[in-house]
Amino acid sequence: MGQHRQILLKNVHCTDQHTIAGYESRGGYSVIRKVLNMEPAKVTEEVIKSGLRGRGGAGFPTGKKWTFIPKGTDKPVYLVNNADESEPGTFKDRVLLERDPHLCIEGMMICAFAVGARFACIYIRGEYAYPYQRVRQAIRECYAKDYLGKNIFGSNVSLDLVIHRGAGAYICGEETALLESLEGKKGQPRLKPPFFPAIRGLYDSPTVVNNTETLAALVWILENGGEAYAQIGTAKSTGTKLFSVSGHVNKPGVYEVEMGYPMMQFLEEECGGIREGRKLKGVMPGGSSFAILTAEEVAKATLDYESISGLDRTAHLGSGGFMVVDDHTDIVEVALNFAHFYAHESCGQCTPCREGGHWVQKIIQRIARGEGLAGDIELIDSICSQVQGHTICAFGEALSWPAQAFIRKFPADFKARIREAMEGRVQHRVPLNYEFQAAH
Amino acid sequence: MTVKLSAQAETKVEEYKKLYPNVRSAIMPALYIAQEELGSITADAITWVAEKIGIAPVQVMEVATFYTMYYKKPVGKYHVQVCRTLSCALMGGRAITECVKKRLGTAPHEVSPDGQWSYEEVECLGSCGTGPMCQINDHFFENLTPEKLLQIMDRIEKEQPDLRFSAVRDALGEGLKGYPKSEVI
Repeated sequence: MGQHRQILLKNVHCTDQHTIAGYESRGGYSVIRKVLNMEPAKVTEEVIKSGLRGRGGAGFPTGKKWTFIPKGTDKPVYLVNNADESEPGTFKDRVLLERDPHLCIEGMMICAFAVGARFACIYIRGEYAYPYQRVRQAIRECYAKDYLGKNIFGSNVSLDLVIHRGAGAYICGEETALLESLEGKKGQPRLKPPFFPAIRGLYDSPTVVNNTETLAALVWILENGGEAYAQIGTAKSTGTKLFSVSGHVNKPGVYEVEMGYPMMQFLEEECGGIREGRKLKGVMPGGSSFAILTAEEVAKATLDYESISGLDRTAHLGSGGFMVVDDHTDIVEVALNFAHFYAHESCGQCTPCREGGHWVQKIIQRIARGEGLAGDIELIDSICSQVQGHTICAFGEALSWPAQAFIRKFPADFKARIREAMEGRVQHRVPLNYEFQAAH
Repeated sequence: MTVKLSAQAETKVEEYKKLYPNVRSAIMPALYIAQEELGSITADAITWVAEKIGIAPVQVMEVATFYTMYYKKPVGKYHVQVCRTLSCALMGGRAITECVKKRLGTAPHEVSPDGQWSYEEVECLGSCGTGPMCQINDHFFENLTPEKLLQIMDRIEKEQPDLRFSAVRDALGEGLKGYPKSEVI
């Protein structure tokens, strides 16, 4: 992990870090004790000063999000830790939940105190059985020591914490869908307005929904001050960020990197470069929901929100889930893989997304199978343009932007396949994807 | 019609009901409890959850059918879920699915005649840096090759370990002793 500053992953290699004794032996739960003696507004102020932005994908300023909770509301305020982490290529929160669950809990305590929440919940994806067990054990340890429950740490503040297991729906990572799911309903996103979580969130009460990594970063920020955190990284993308790297690199894994670090250097030096000495074809920087960056763009990019969005309006640092593909990769199959994902995961609420996803999959599938038709590329582009902006949540964009980027940045790959089909000289290829059943 | 599950299940669901500010939030945990006991979300499971939470069965049904981890029809004692999303696909996920299919000789979601196995392809399981991978019941098996997976399946068949969610303990993989723990970093 090189000489990068370690804020979040500092202790993950300690084998007893997941126990309360191990966590406390490294200074754990000292920050919340200090915070409990502060004014809640002062805590929020520090977070605003830190410039911390939401690590789940949107990059929205965290402190600002908290200020949307109405002052003096007579409804209970809730805090939800979004540990749904279902974005393809993203497995960074899993490290924190598994290796340092108490750090996540202490971060939640800080946030709950700042916004006045007395009930908090960790919504964890259903497949994370091991992280679930670790966090549940950590919660039990906290209750046993009166760190959770009534009058935590002997203060007059009370906080209850529950871990809630999802059941395999990608869309539940979207905050309003998550709240629906947490209320025991289908995970279908809510319309904003009026259902801004900060005003009408869980059980129609003001709710803060923050990503696991965001909450974990609070511990360092309140220990060292917002200004110290703002010194790290770039002016607009402060601090460090976790990147989960997968695909064709020699050393896939989770890395903590200071924002603003050159992307190519990161891939070459930290991640060990591209496997088998091949060349880079592209990187999906923010999970599967944003545009692919070509090797040329990667060479210019730095690891911060502004740099990546500056290179391509539809690319984003997102969750920091990097999927790296080398120059031997069939980009049509990559596009098909994503298209299948979005067709499968649409919650079915909005027609453009529910139908459009399957259309896009069908068309890319026929191109990949050597049955492409003239005009298919334009058709994909046209469908995508009609889906985005016409759905309740950002799933419409997540479906469209990557598909459009593949055909825009690698048109030759798609054109060649269609030409082959039209000229009746389809080559035999071993496809990347297993034979998909026809889109239904 | 009143459906009764084991005393343990009845206690567990009452505990979950007390955890949330609104009892309806306990639907999802209750469905998991019923599924682990009954093997899948049967009509009895729906009735049981509806009675426990105090809502109409249709409200439970719409939740159960929305989420993929609630099985609407029976699965094998060991249900293999192979990740098919990009990171795993890039590392050879296709060969893993083909290998499972060949070993079992059944179609996805079909239970093998001896009731031991079923399989399906699923979307990203959050183990992308250690692909290709699969989940057998609630345990992750990572950095797979077809040979490695066949060995794992042979061992499971022979040792019949408990790989259910409730059996996941701190040392993951304990259900299959000596198998490397699932690790990320």
